[in-house]
Amino acid sequence: MKSRDKPRPSVEDRTIELARWVDDRFGVARFGKTTLNKIFPDHWSFLLGEIAMYSFVILIITGIFLTLFFVPSTHEVVYNGSYVPLRGQRVSEAYQSTVDLSLNVRAGLVMRQMHHWAADIFAAAVVVHLCRIFFTGAFRRPRELNYMIGLTMLILVIVNGFIGYSLPDDQISGAGLRIAFSIFLSIPIIGTWGAFLLWGGNFPGNGDIIPRFYSLHILIIPAVIAGLLAAHLGIMWHQKHTDFPGKEKTNRTVVGSSFWPTYVAKTTGYFFIIFAGLALLGGLFQINPIWLYGSYEPFKVSYAVQPDWYMGWLDGALRIMPAWETQFASRYLISAPFYPAVILPGLTFGILYAWPFIEARFRPEDKTQEHHLLDRPRDRPVRTGLGVGVLTFYVMLFFASSTDVLANTLKVSLNGVLWTFRIGTPTIPIVVGLATYQICKELSRAPSAGLRKRSNVVVRSPDGGYTTVPADIHPGDDVREPPPEELPEEAVRRGGGRGPEGGEEEVGVGADRSEATGVTPPRRFGGLLRPRHRPAGSS
Amino acid sequence: MSSGGAGGAGPGSTSSGGGTATAVEDLRLEIPVQRPRRVENFVALCFAVSVLATIGLAIIYSLGGQTQAEGALLGVGLAGIGIGVAAWGKYLMPQGPFREDRHELPTTEEDKEAFGAAFSRGAVAVERRGFLGKLLGAAITVFSIVGIFPFIRSLYNPRPGNALDFTQFRPGSRLVRIDGNPVMADDVDVGGVLTVFPEGHEGDAVSQTLLIRASSVPITTLPGRETWSPHGYLAYSKLCTHAGCPVSLYQQQVQQLLCPCHQSVFTILNGARPIFGPAPRLIPQLPIMDNGDGFLRAQSDYQEPVGPGYWERNTSTTLNPPKNKAAG
Ligand code: FES
Repeated sequence: MKSRDKPRPSVEDRTIELARWVDDRFGVARFGKTTLNKIFPDHWSFLLGEIAMYSFVILIITGIFLTLFFVPSTHEVVYNGSYVPLRGQRVSEAYQSTVDLSLNVRAGLVMRQMHHWAADIFAAAVVVHLCRIFFTGAFRRPRELNYMIGLTMLILVIVNGFIGYSLPDDQISGAGLRIAFSIFLSIPIIGTWGAFLLWGGNFPGNGDIIPRFYSLHILIIPAVIAGLLAAHLGIMWHQKHTDFPGKEKTNRTVVGSSFWPTYVAKTTGYFFIIFAGLALLGGLFQINPIWLYGSYEPFKVSYAVQPDWYMGWLDGALRIMPAWETQFASRYLISAPFYPAVILPGLTFGILYAWPFIEARFRPEDKTQEHHLLDRPRDRPVRTGLGVGVLTFYVMLFFASSTDVLANTLKVSLNGVLWTFRIGTPTIPIVVGLATYQICKELSRAPSAGLRKRSNVVVRSPDGGYTTVPADIHPGDDVREPPPEELPEEAVRRGGGRGPEGGEEEVGVGADRSEATGVTPPRRFGGLLRPRHRPAGSS
Repeated sequence: MSSGGAGGAGPGSTSSGGGTATAVEDLRLEIPVQRPRRVENFVALCFAVSVLATIGLAIIYSLGGQTQAEGALLGVGLAGIGIGVAAWGKYLMPQGPFREDRHELPTTEEDKEAFGAAFSRGAVAVERRGFLGKLLGAAITVFSIVGIFPFIRSLYNPRPGNALDFTQFRPGSRLVRIDGNPVMADDVDVGGVLTVFPEGHEGDAVSQTLLIRASSVPITTLPGRETWSPHGYLAYSKLCTHAGCPVSLYQQQVQQLLCPCHQSVFTILNGARPIFGPAPRLIPQLPIMDNGDGFLRAQSDYQEPVGPGYWERNTSTTLNPPKNKAAG
């Protein structure tokens, strides 16, 4: 029994009191119990989504700071601030306020650079997360819709990244906007109309584009992302996390650590670690020093015009695309940027959205079955081969966005680099894809491939012979991972009960044993957690 | 029921009793390290470092701030919290593995039936009054169309019209620099370049033109352009025919122009023909003249739309230029 003579109730009692208070008012004990008991499987690749989510949180925190100083206006003023080389130049208010918040506002530059880095990391984490989902088949039933929500967020992240990049109205981002305008123009029938609508006239427009981008960037798109993120997490929560196949892992169970307190502690730690990483990047690694570029003037040349990395594939596609234009009846024109900058992204995301359904066509059993266990990529050679091939294609496009840099660094002709990419971009992915397919096939033929590596121990027998036996993975392994055994159904259901006197209900554990050894059994967190097995000694 | 010693264990999850005991009955509730003291020390160190770094941040900030120091101290301050909390969670809290059964996502057939029935109640109610339903649909459709009208209409101003077909050059427009100073025929040496605009439209994004003095004598770039280059001046639109970047990297030895955005290359002696890269069309050339007063002037506007392509770009009919409003 718990001793009641202490003046101050224990933490445990007070916590339970709080839970009672909450439940009396909201009736959420059952929900609360399952929530705190929720099991999260552990695998490093499940962290990718968290990196994305926390980058988003940090984007909002730093973004709020930036809105306090940024002026979304293309109104021209004469720069009179502290950065001497710019003094006397005519600049837009957007540009001036960005320079000021970078150079004059305390901690402003750290905040701005963190914001920029966070956007880059956000997009990267989403893309790698998408790769994880794709290659492990986590998009299959019942998660098709959640996968599509994730893709939508990726599009929004890229779009909002580009818009945010454009807001400072510097020479480089202005060139990006000029290209974006031309891409709009290239869309048949509605393109001209759409571009004029958005910019308020022919490029560079009537000055409306920056304020419009501003409300999109800080309000509309983040709100949509936040809504989708909530849905994404809610669905994940409800459907439970996927897991890799492994010892004792089945399609019907989740194995891992509990949400409270272990997972909460770890994920809170990860949040701060990501925050820390972005702070270090933002403080120590300069990004986008716009005061060096100058305010955007449409007639000025911009060197090294390269977008943020997540736009690189589009830029690369624009560069290596042959100069194709289609004139219809000499009245209408489909202009050059249309194929690389409209058709290509359209196809990219169209196919990605359709992929779960495409794959299900070829694997009819996927339509009728729920999948909670992930595929190991090698076990799906066709999907993995295709995926790696397509990924290679985009990596090639990404590198193609630096044809000029490559030509300069490697001291080869631009022509040579361009043709290498023109030929390599469609062919190399095919080779890489086929090779991947073949490797997957080989790996799945090797029976031991992919199992946890075990070292071998050579044992010398008393009579002088040598034998090799596999070593334990960890010392004491067999103690830590006893053979699987179901708890009696009743014990499972009762897990979490707590007696009226505040006593603890042991679940499937022989209390006598601990008393016999005189060892205090570890606390059961209010009896809420239910162990996976009956312990070895008590069955 | 409860075991007698439970109340005596340390608070919460950091029960140090769990760490030292090897014979505890359920190892999954045990923390995964043998010597929790060490981890505790490490976590404590992390938090202490965080406090110190954050105090340092406050000092730096109050002294006026310094970007690198701010980033480093903020990073260390946050990392201390992050690593400490993560280590606490990873080493001083039970890792399991615990198991949870997945619930069947689909519910029972009866539930589905009931859900469908409830849902269809509404559908049936609408279906019974089919006429009203259609009318409502019509009302909503009309409202939506009319409703977005002011929104679109107010944005849709100015309309594209033929804005993309013309620049601000008019017959006789003087070529001026960005500061408004007109260009005289002997202002630029052979091999020199200058960005020019029609007078009165300095800085205009569409009319920007690159004036190149390619030679000292007139050059015929294409048949029919015999009079377009007095004194060896060639004037090309500065808008790349690919995606509209300013083409102004002039390489004199090879008489080429390079676009900085996607590296299209144009040869200027034969009408700025693209010889490399993604640009699909020749850069339009501006016919210029010298009336004898020394000023360089446009003979007319460009003979075709400048810049990147667009859907309505028309090559068959002659364009009707807008009324001449040019200064000079
Ligand atoms: S804009 Fe000139 S090459 Fe693309």
